[in-house]
Amino acid sequence: MAEIPVLKIGDCLLVSIQVDMHDRLAMQLQDDLTNRIVGDRARGVMIDISALEIVDSFIGRMLNNIAAMSRVLDAVTVVVGMRPAVAITLVELGLSLTGVRTALNVDKGLALIREAIDDPGGALGRGEG
Amino acid sequence: MTRGAHLVVEKDETMPVGTSDDVVRVRQAVRARAVEAGFGIVDQTKLVTAASEIARNTVDYGGGGTLRIEIVREGTRRGVQLTFSDSGPGIADISAAMTDGYTTGSGLGLGLSGAKRLSNEFSIDSSPGKGTIVTLARWKL
Amino acid sequence: MVSVRQAERNELRSGVLLPPASAEGSCVTAQSPSIPTEKQPRGKAMAKSRATILPELLQEDERTLLADWLALQKTAGALSSGQISDAELAENSRRFLAALRGAAATGQFIDITAPTWAETRAALEEVSRSRAARGLTPSETATFVFSLKEPLFDLLRQKVGKDADRLADEIWTATMLLDKLGLFTAEVFQKNREEIIARQQRELLELSTPVVRLWEGVLALPLIGTLDSERTQTVMESLLEEIVNSGAEIAIIDITGVPTVDTLVAQHLIKTVAAARLMGADCIISGIRPQIAQTIVHLGLELGVVSKATMADAFALALRRLGKTVVDRVPARPES
Repeated sequence: MAEIPVLKIGDCLLVSIQVDMHDRLAMQLQDDLTNRIVGDRARGVMIDISALEIVDSFIGRMLNNIAAMSRVLDAVTVVVGMRPAVAITLVELGLSLTGVRTALNVDKGLALIREAIDDPGGALGRGEG
Repeated sequence: MTRGAHLVVEKDETMPVGTSDDVVRVRQAVRARAVEAGFGIVDQTKLVTAASEIARNTVDYGGGGTLRIEIVREGTRRGVQLTFSDSGPGIADISAAMTDGYTTGSGLGLGLSGAKRLSNEFSIDSSPGKGTIVTLARWKL
Repeated sequence: MVSVRQAERNELRSGVLLPPASAEGSCVTAQSPSIPTEKQPRGKAMAKSRATILPELLQEDERTLLADWLALQKTAGALSSGQISDAELAENSRRFLAALRGAAATGQFIDITAPTWAETRAALEEVSRSRAARGLTPSETATFVFSLKEPLFDLLRQKVGKDADRLADEIWTATMLLDKLGLFTAEVFQKNREEIIARQQRELLELSTPVVRLWEGVLALPLIGTLDSERTQTVMESLLEEIVNSGAEIAIIDITGVPTVDTLVAQHLIKTVAAARLMGADCIISGIRPQIAQTIVHLGLELGVVSKATMADAFALALRRLGKTVVDRVPARPES
């Protein structure tokens, strides 16, 4: 069965979802990532969904689960590259990505992970400034 | 579902919805028909996402079934109508099933209420032992 | 003429200006005229025995007809207002007459939707389209066809004027035909107008949703006018697309130009903000007038996002969030 490749960049894991996943593949990705976070002692997980045309409730749940599991393992999850049509649909669908930070692209995602890891209290983070 | 006087079916196809691979195929087929019906990217995405939700329900809870995709025309507007049928256990309490269950993370409610929100028209016909028929439609604005 | 008039009354009752089926061959073929028999009613006799001279007339006197017709049109209106050039009018008229001649020669005048009338219809569609684009009225456009009646009837009178009955028949045939063609022109005009209006609406929609790059990383969307469902969807999509394209993490949505904010408008705004957030960008709403602030509180709406009274305030906030400060430049000291 095809797998979704997980890359390691420093202390971050990068996953780029390129295919229309069927449910088994999604579950497998969840397991793989959890194992890798532990195995590689990753502090950040970046999921690039810029190629995804659809994010339904199943995929949404998968993303939430990955974020929850990585939080337990003291890692930060960032989802990047969500397409406008997908964002609009998710809002209409009523699905909220809890515990998942989002960024526009991989660069900003890495910066966000750095910020979150280096400053977990969030004093430097978003706010009135 | 109420209909105007002249509903013309321009295209009609049926496909099986039995496995999770079928769910992927459903998404691709619905996408293709939505493009054919002239939907913009947002309407396409909403329709395919709604289809994905119901298709998954059909596989996971309905024991597998079929999907009928129709491109329809009513007067000057065009749309796509999807009819999912299965002969599974049926839904005992439809209104409960339709309440938002996203935060609970389980159950039928997740897919149904979401799909309804993404559709212009939505109806369920189901009862225990009778199987389930979910019909939804989206029109090109 | 009695039976023909009766037929006319029948058709008008049913709302269709077509001769009765029984007289179908009436103005059709260029048969050689034969002597009418006394037993048949006069109308039917003429129907079968006397062919119209229209095809012949259009063939032989085309040039005269064209000249007279052009002269009439020039004095009539379209040219006098200067909207249509001499050359264009001449070309339109020439093309139409030529097509008319060709179609009439086949002998079938009843059904102008038939293939033999395709070139004539095409000529009229061309006229209709260009006049619709210029903002002329449907009447002004249909007059193109109707104005042909006068010179045509003049010619007919010259040819068969001595025979009152025959003249009446010929005028009847010509009138029916030109009426159908005139109505066709008006209908095409109407359809063209609708297409032009639809296109202009789309363009207006696009114009009124400009997304501006205020600064590196900051977008502004000044909304003007009422936000209906379709417009809001377009607006949302434009903003979100631009967020992706520019990589801007902050989008200022300015509603100074939005007259009222009700629950519906607020919902649209909230959805846009939520979608941007899902993508990884933040929104600031600006242009909240005091009355709007009151309405929002009164309706119990929760915008869920920072809002400011002016775009200037919103921009200042955006810069702060991006870690940028605005400083006064120290003027250079003059060389001593």
